[in-house]
Amino acid sequence: MREHFYAALLVLFAMFWPHAQAQVTSERLVNASKEPQNWMTYSGDYSGRRYSGLDQIDLRNARTMVAKWVYQTGATGKLETTPLVVDGIMYATAQDDRAFALDARTGRPIWMYQRELPGDIRPCCGRVNRGLAILGDKVFMGTLDAHVIALDTKTGNVVWDVSAADYRTGHSFTVAPLVVKNLVVIGVSGGEYGVRGFIDAYDADTGARKWRFYTVPGPGEPGHDSWEGDSWKVGGAPAWNTGTYDPATNQIFWPTGNPSPSNRGAGRAGDNLYSNSLLALNADTGKMNWYFQFTKHDEHDWDATQVPILIDTGKPDAGGKRLIAQANRNGFFYVLDRTNGKLVSATEYGKQTWSETKDAEGRPAAKKEASPTLEGHTVCPGALGTTNFMPPTYDALTGLFYVTARDQCDIFSTAPQPYEAGHAYYGSAYFPSEEARPYLGFLKAIDPATGQVKWKFEHTSPTWSGVLSTAGGLVFSGDAEGNFVAFDAASGKALWHFQMGGAVYAAPMAFAVDGKEYVAIAAGSAVYVFGLP
Amino acid sequence: MLRSSLLKARLLRSWLLRSGLLRSWFTVPVVLLFIAMAAHAADDRNPLVGDRTAAKKGEYQFRINCALCHGLGAHGGGRGPDLTRAVKPHARTDVEMFQTISSGIPGTAMPANGTNGQGVGMTDKEIWQIIAYIRSQEVKAPAKALGSASHGKDLFYGDANCSLCHMVSGKGGRVGPDLSAVGASRTREAIIDSVRNPSRRLAWGLTEATKEFPQEYESVTVVTAEGKEIKGVTLNEDNFSVQIMDTSEGIHLLEKDKLRSFQKSRESAMPKYNADTLSDKDLNDIVAFLASVGVK
Repeated sequence: MREHFYAALLVLFAMFWPHAQAQVTSERLVNASKEPQNWMTYSGDYSGRRYSGLDQIDLRNARTMVAKWVYQTGATGKLETTPLVVDGIMYATAQDDRAFALDARTGRPIWMYQRELPGDIRPCCGRVNRGLAILGDKVFMGTLDAHVIALDTKTGNVVWDVSAADYRTGHSFTVAPLVVKNLVVIGVSGGEYGVRGFIDAYDADTGARKWRFYTVPGPGEPGHDSWEGDSWKVGGAPAWNTGTYDPATNQIFWPTGNPSPSNRGAGRAGDNLYSNSLLALNADTGKMNWYFQFTKHDEHDWDATQVPILIDTGKPDAGGKRLIAQANRNGFFYVLDRTNGKLVSATEYGKQTWSETKDAEGRPAAKKEASPTLEGHTVCPGALGTTNFMPPTYDALTGLFYVTARDQCDIFSTAPQPYEAGHAYYGSAYFPSEEARPYLGFLKAIDPATGQVKWKFEHTSPTWSGVLSTAGGLVFSGDAEGNFVAFDAASGKALWHFQMGGAVYAAPMAFAVDGKEYVAIAAGSAVYVFGLP
Repeated sequence: MLRSSLLKARLLRSWLLRSGLLRSWFTVPVVLLFIAMAAHAADDRNPLVGDRTAAKKGEYQFRINCALCHGLGAHGGGRGPDLTRAVKPHARTDVEMFQTISSGIPGTAMPANGTNGQGVGMTDKEIWQIIAYIRSQEVKAPAKALGSASHGKDLFYGDANCSLCHMVSGKGGRVGPDLSAVGASRTREAIIDSVRNPSRRLAWGLTEATKEFPQEYESVTVVTAEGKEIKGVTLNEDNFSVQIMDTSEGIHLLEKDKLRSFQKSRESAMPKYNADTLSDKDLNDIVAFLASVGVK
């Protein structure tokens, strides 16, 4: 009780503390949850739980929320950004590698940046960007032409700009980087083109590359024999969503995507390490401590790139566990021991038909019949997965893990497709199956202790929105029809909504300025901010 | 200080505009020349003509990029037209088909290449491969019409009651889809099937990325707080509201939490026409009428 009192006092103190224009330091990032008025990383803090300690907007007053301001980005397509807010200034991105800084109280722009992109880039799945990372006087961004850049926080000027890979061979960045200590950590996109995936770390001051971890091991490296012949060279395993970090063990947990070609396993016999895996990397060196592969030898495009969330179940000396949980695209909810990568549990949380048995470690094992055929046959989940890039949230108060999910099956077909640099390399494709018509979309609350779904809210149609939980007992998410919705975190009851006029592909976040709590989300072409009247 | 930098920015902007304008005047004839050359070289035909592997490669590209709406084998899905028809209003020549695939068709669900946010998109060469494949799948329609279009028209607006719910060329009802273009985009078999089995294929809503037109013609029955029952089709719907057209074409804008009940069904509101209510010959005539409208 006393602990709660002091915590509340600390939150109050932090909210009303005059905005010292102090720069973001790595210490502040480690202790991000102590300054809930700010949102300094993609997921809010290093645990990846996308949880805000702000509680001004709560179960009683959420129904009175109003729109405070809207910022029109001028971009078209899917707006996937999660804004950062530091000391009253919002930093966010939009399609075609736009970045901007706004007055977080009014939405008025302070600066804008838009990259001059080469005319011949062909990034997969929209010209999207999911956000920035911040440290000191710089924000960091990955670009569609596979550069990593640093922008000045006060002007948006380019401070440094380094090329990570050749965009003409299908490399790009869409991910929000993660700053750890003095490093900017970022994972590449390009699983649709047969890139050889990697995770990079750049010196935040200079842009010099400090380490690179190839997610597909080369000759002589452990795991290399999980690839047939030369297939590793175009093996995919991109790393296009933001990982998390455990300062206690100095480990980065970064998830990886599909092996290439995504829908054809012939020609790449083996487990195809480290595709569809969670990697635990030493933050200073990029050396791998452990890995866990969710889907071996994937043939359904089930990237395991969902944000993994660190969950502590109590003090270690009292039997508490240091866990990491992921709601995977393949339809299972996994809990691992993050000290060693051992599987604790794997539970179905959506419609799936690919696995009926588990292997010796307890990992769901694929049925042979789930492999795509030339004629095509139905497998659940479909290629879009039970969930996808939309980040989930974990609320330690309710003890629930909230994730956007869909029930959809696809007809998967396969066909030989030669590798051609820079060209789509899927090995055929998928399309919707009538077996799961109409498609169902949900917000689901999962109890990580049991894997059971405690409640679910059924959407009119599946959504691509991420989820935020707050100390106000609320969960926020958006829908495909353009609503932003506040839910009761305990029951899933919708308490409030606002029609934003554009579908949601982004994830919400919360911040406070001058002691007032706000909740923000991007929808359509704009960033929306809501608060109490 | 601020004023002087504003002035500088304005000067720079006007200079950029002017130089851009100059450049664009210069580029117009060059671009026109290239277009003319390309059109001439292509002769309205696929540059891959004669490449025997093109159609096979195109088949895989088709599966990746087109089958989502147009179905496996290009026979049409719930959303996209059957492309095995030889007559295509938006693709009379190969060059026109290339243009349609590249730029989409405004006002329809057909997106421009690479803009649906779902895949990689196609290179020019891949588009030509797809065109080679589609052409290889085309089935020539019988030269002679299979029915009497004028009798079909009489039936459509008369005894068969089609026009109570469907509109053709601005005349008819509003509860069902406008059928002005259906003759040009669907096969005879597909139209016959949707008359005989209207519930088999309700229009599919689009996948989220291109979800501009969600109407699926789902049947709906609601009971309002006052106990009034409304039957019709959904025009649109989200988690909190629904827009309905009732069978008398009245539009109802409803909040879901104020309804006593809300029931949707994928059983079509259209009655099933079996051979007793509409003979094969009469149905053929109606199809002939729709086809005659569609090609105009």
